[in-house]
Amino acid sequence: MSLVDSPDTCTLPKLLARNARQWSTEPALREKNRGIWQTYSWADYHALVRDFALGLASLGFTRGEKLSVIGDNRPQLYAAQMSASALGGYSVPVYQDSIAAELVYVLNHAEVSVVVAEDQEQVDKILSLKDQLSNLRWIIYDDPRGMASYARYPFIKSFPDVVEAGRAFGRGQAGFFEAELSKGGADDVAMIAYTSGTTGNPKGAMLTHRNLITIAEAFAQSEGIRRGDNWLSYLPMAWLGDATFTVGVGLVVGTTANCPESPETVQRDLRELGPSGLVAPPRIWENMLTTVQVKGDDATPLKRWVYERFRRIAEQVELARSEGRPVPAGQRFWYAIGEFLVYGPVRDQLGLRHARTCYTGGAPLGADNFRFFRSFGINLKQVYGATEASALIACQPDREADPNSVGRTLPGINVRVDDRGEVLVNGSNVFKGYFKQDEITRETFTSDGWLKTGDAGFVDPRGHLVIIDRAKDVGKLSDGTPFAPQFVENKLKFSPYIREAVAFGDNQPFVAAMIAIDMTTVGTWAERRNLAYTSFMDLSRKPEVAQLVGEEIAKCNATLPVAARVQRFLLLNKELDADDAEMTRTRKVRRRFVAEKYAAVIEAFYSGKREVEVSMEITFEDGRKATLESIIALHGDAPPVTARQAA
Amino acid sequence: MSAAESLADRGAAAPILTVEGVSKKFGGVTAVQDVSLEVPRGTIVSVIGPNGAGKTSLLNMVSGFYRPDTGVITLDGNAITTLRPSQIAARGIARTFQNIALFSGLTVLDNLMLGRHVHMRAGVLTSALYWGPARREEIAHRARCEEIIEFLKLQDLRKQQTGALSYGLRKRVELGRALALEPKVLLLDEPMGGMNQDEKEDMARYVLDVNIERGITVVLIEHDMGVVMDISDRVVVLDRGRRIGAGTPEEVQRAPAVIQAYLGTSKGSRQA
Repeated sequence: MSLVDSPDTCTLPKLLARNARQWSTEPALREKNRGIWQTYSWADYHALVRDFALGLASLGFTRGEKLSVIGDNRPQLYAAQMSASALGGYSVPVYQDSIAAELVYVLNHAEVSVVVAEDQEQVDKILSLKDQLSNLRWIIYDDPRGMASYARYPFIKSFPDVVEAGRAFGRGQAGFFEAELSKGGADDVAMIAYTSGTTGNPKGAMLTHRNLITIAEAFAQSEGIRRGDNWLSYLPMAWLGDATFTVGVGLVVGTTANCPESPETVQRDLRELGPSGLVAPPRIWENMLTTVQVKGDDATPLKRWVYERFRRIAEQVELARSEGRPVPAGQRFWYAIGEFLVYGPVRDQLGLRHARTCYTGGAPLGADNFRFFRSFGINLKQVYGATEASALIACQPDREADPNSVGRTLPGINVRVDDRGEVLVNGSNVFKGYFKQDEITRETFTSDGWLKTGDAGFVDPRGHLVIIDRAKDVGKLSDGTPFAPQFVENKLKFSPYIREAVAFGDNQPFVAAMIAIDMTTVGTWAERRNLAYTSFMDLSRKPEVAQLVGEEIAKCNATLPVAARVQRFLLLNKELDADDAEMTRTRKVRRRFVAEKYAAVIEAFYSGKREVEVSMEITFEDGRKATLESIIALHGDAPPVTARQAA
Repeated sequence: MSAAESLADRGAAAPILTVEGVSKKFGGVTAVQDVSLEVPRGTIVSVIGPNGAGKTSLLNMVSGFYRPDTGVITLDGNAITTLRPSQIAARGIARTFQNIALFSGLTVLDNLMLGRHVHMRAGVLTSALYWGPARREEIAHRARCEEIIEFLKLQDLRKQQTGALSYGLRKRVELGRALALEPKVLLLDEPMGGMNQDEKEDMARYVLDVNIERGITVVLIEHDMGVVMDISDRVVVLDRGRRIGAGTPEEVQRAPAVIQAYLGTSKGSRQA
């Protein structure tokens, strides 16, 4: 029986009230402040939510209104979201690095009336857009720093002021909060999560309490999440995964959400905390691996030798395990020694010593990287989800982790693949629809009510779901060979020197790619070779760098089927950026947009030119735009056969 | 004359720091000659002037590193002209240096804790045993330092050796150490020198916050005219050791003597 079936536990704020009764003194939230972890118990958390909700009510916030939070993960921002839910309102978290136009669009489209901002920086951002935000009535800020002079704005309030107003309001209207809370039902919308979307304007996915509670139950059940487990809440609050993993699982199971001190201290806070699990995108796992490698290289020769030797043992053991072969006794012995000398200490350094389960999702993680973590005893698994499906659809069971699949569907969720290869989902985790976009909502569902994920994939013989690419991106080369750009790009991105790649080839004779180098690794590489450079642009123009990337591409090509091999490439002289609308805020390439923007480049790839003149519009953080004119060299040659065809 | 002006600026507050007729010679070179200025409580006063105008010498006299040949410097009405630097620091004047002066082998936190030194009372023995009052005191001082770490957003660098930090960050740590002293007056010697635009903007923000949120009076030497004109309440202009102008940023920008001496004829010229 699910929690949503009982009227006392069918919404997230009702669960909070339950937790405050059941586990009143146990930790619900922690925040590192001035170097010390400060704890909010479930009772504290509930009291904060009650008072803030009453404060909102005193400001005229009523059922169905929308509240936005903008800022880093903070207990106050979580409490604000929960308060809105308790009053029957919706929370609409927004990305704090959004540019002005995106913010205006989302806040207006969602009809947001209250914004809770973390600090002065965010308040200033909203304030500068205030004239364009017709529904906005109140701005509430958490961090008082620098806010003294804002008292002249009657619509700006501090978080403690609202809490105080709430207490006064509560004294006047006893039972108001409880009455509002009890009006909530499982199918009320809890949150509108705007998906940055790889095409067009963001869409607001409406998630109900039922969605978020049932997915948390399914996840906790299949992954053995326990009360009192610690999780680090560091991923953006605007990403629905945070609502699922932090808020949903926290309330359902009673885990503790820990907010890091600042975005820069995440790695250190992680180590201090030693959480029970970690959810991280591949980028973060890759960074961790780099850290380990760099530290390894800096160690003394003896330590390096020990590390290298045991790393190889771990690699062999993991390979045997993943292929289901028995591990020879000798290797098992050395692996046990290695656990003591190398693997345990490395896990400790990474802050993963107590982590029972770790997850990577959103994009594939390179097979080598994936195996590295597993071989060192980190239970890293792939998960797959979509905003429209409450951020979770499938997850790999402990003993079936591998770098290729995304695992089995969670309990209560069904998946099928349609005849065009698109993955369809059905279950109580599937969202209610897009806010104010009925037409698009209808297109998102099949006639029999299954959610179209937009991902192309298949179910392998084990029953694992395998995702290939976005369904609409899968094309064909001009000779008819199927071509999945993301598949090629992911292989390219496994190179440490390549940060982003965009592959082209639909209706073309061969595959070509635009590459954005990784400034850090290529920069270090250049420094080791005494290659002077000034900027990203300068570095990406060096012929030596082009040669380096060329070699990396050749290595990658060796693992690709002949038709999918990258024949020509260029190095972009700026990074792909969400501010320029080339990527989504979750760092997915907006392929169509990029193809339009770089049409001249694509044309040059296939007409055999050696260089191309590109004029790019770039957007500064404050929204100003500038045009960058430059000439970019193209590398590689079209394969001989197709070259003749082209000629 | 400056008294009348400055009083008009910010109500009737008495100046917190005054410098009257101060001169300093080094051998045959007159570094500062008969300079007077008043710093009203709670303001940001900038001292500008071409290289060699005597700005840093003036600051060194205020902080006690040099003893003036003539003239009087008072803090809150009490003369501090003849005090040693440590005594002046104990009375509430903190400073940063043009060429950063941190302990590069110590961590950011330790450098800040050193800034608390004037407030520490525990003796060698109790401190060594980390016992009783010494322990309580250490915790209280650490709490103040943590406040500054949060204020200057140094959380991720707490345990980093300052020697390994970038120039801009070291400047920020130096500001932090000066703040740790809990000064009434903060003397900043080119806090933005050698910084890029982003770092300058951050530092300007911190200086304003120090002034507004913590109510600390700031005396600033800075070459970046944009910053000076943006954040100062008053500007004093020196040239070849003499004061040649003073007033609000607007007044100073218009004063012919200032344009002539500072912007017109010096070598760098016209980068206002």
